[in-house]
Amino acid sequence: MSTLLLDAEALYADLLSGVRRVMPAGGALVGVWSGGAWLVERLQRDLKLEGAPGVISSALHRDDFGSRGMAAGADPTQLPFEIEGRAIVLVDDVLYTGRTTRAAINELFDFGRPASVTLAVLVDRGGRELPIEAAFSAARVALPREQRLSLARDEAGRFSFDIKTKAA
Amino acid sequence: MLSRRNPQLNAHGELIHLLSIEGLPRAVLTQILDTAGTFLSVNDREVKKVPLLRGKSVFNLFFENSTRTRTTFEIAAKRLSADVINLDIARSSTAKGESLLDTIANLSAMHADMFVVRHSESGAPYLIAQHCAPHVHVVNAGDGRHAHPTQGLLDMYTIRHYKRDFAQLTVAIVGDIVHSRVARSDIHALTTLGVPEIRAVGPKTLVPSDLREMGVRVCHDMAEGIRGADVIIMLRLQNERMSGAMLPSAGEFFKNYGLTPDKLALAKPDAIVMHPGPINRGVEIDSSVADGRQSVILPQVTFGIAVRMAVMSIIAGNNA
Repeated sequence: MSTLLLDAEALYADLLSGVRRVMPAGGALVGVWSGGAWLVERLQRDLKLEGAPGVISSALHRDDFGSRGMAAGADPTQLPFEIEGRAIVLVDDVLYTGRTTRAAINELFDFGRPASVTLAVLVDRGGRELPIEAAFSAARVALPREQRLSLARDEAGRFSFDIKTKAA
Repeated sequence: MLSRRNPQLNAHGELIHLLSIEGLPRAVLTQILDTAGTFLSVNDREVKKVPLLRGKSVFNLFFENSTRTRTTFEIAAKRLSADVINLDIARSSTAKGESLLDTIANLSAMHADMFVVRHSESGAPYLIAQHCAPHVHVVNAGDGRHAHPTQGLLDMYTIRHYKRDFAQLTVAIVGDIVHSRVARSDIHALTTLGVPEIRAVGPKTLVPSDLREMGVRVCHDMAEGIRGADVIIMLRLQNERMSGAMLPSAGEFFKNYGLTPDKLALAKPDAIVMHPGPINRGVEIDSSVADGRQSVILPQVTFGIAVRMAVMSIIAGNNA
């Protein structure tokens, strides 16, 4: 699939039905900052769940701290409900190496022991470096390594994809 | 061309040591304050620890005593999962005549990754930063009368927490300014962050007039200094640094410059009262003010841990 065909709004509709399917009874949504946080904000509304969804930052558990240093500008984790014993659906915009997901899961466990963690993503771009898979992904694409894919949100709250090519 | 760059920054302008607030760009100060906000919530977690400094050794080198500052650095390093080694330097090798750089060389051979240094001589942390291995980071925890950058940063965090924005503020720093490295660090930070009015308030013997050159308004009258202030930073009367007769008496000082409810009433109604501690009740601050609703002295201590976590994690993540 060409990146030009990635319609974020259409994929969001697929994600909504996918999350509805994989969400355990009594489950709670947690979005990985920043794209995942936007997604859970809307999913929470569309699924008519009470309260606010959780937002998780992977910054404090990243494995590239030694080479890249402290991440700037990440919002801190906010989990407005008990994690202990809760079924968690972790949502992210793009699943790639799996390293962000690993860090986010570690961060989650600093707040308690969830009953389960299920991963749902908008786009799976392959390239995994860890044994992590999503229970639901709205699309699978293959992208060259030097391309960075992330979700963007405009002022009206509409989603689109942002594709940047890293300088060689 | 040989350029002398700030020894605290690497070639990319990233912070590798924290030695002084002087000369640090606003973006670096803001990055530290923003990062501290992330760490503040770590205290509320089931697991009050994050793994950023796992496997790193932080050496607390306090050539001058300070239980509070040493403890907050120790807590900050432990919350970042570092191994912390406290050296009571005043009573060990230096007392046997070892030079500062020999002490550092020995500790580096024990695989130190970071030194947190307090020293009575201004500039001691610079000397250490210049001579340690490239992977080693240095944090100044107070050197002589020169600087106390983490105190300055936690003061800025406190002000931003309560006042949100620096652009409209009047900040009064009151008391023994001449001996205070905290005052110096605060003035540099407030200036860099864009505070339009900074006042230094105290008797002529304790407020150097050359502060005017730093853009500070010098006030020898307490009422003038406090009137309309948004933030009042009280300083401790530093008896241990006082030589000669700079003051008639502590009682006289309290009468003129001690912060009482009457004097505080001259400031804005929502003014906050800060103090780096330890406080001398009845010398520079009245108990009813220190314990009053405008006092943010204890939140400052809590913020201090988050700010020190931010400083240590930022410098540890940047390479020389």
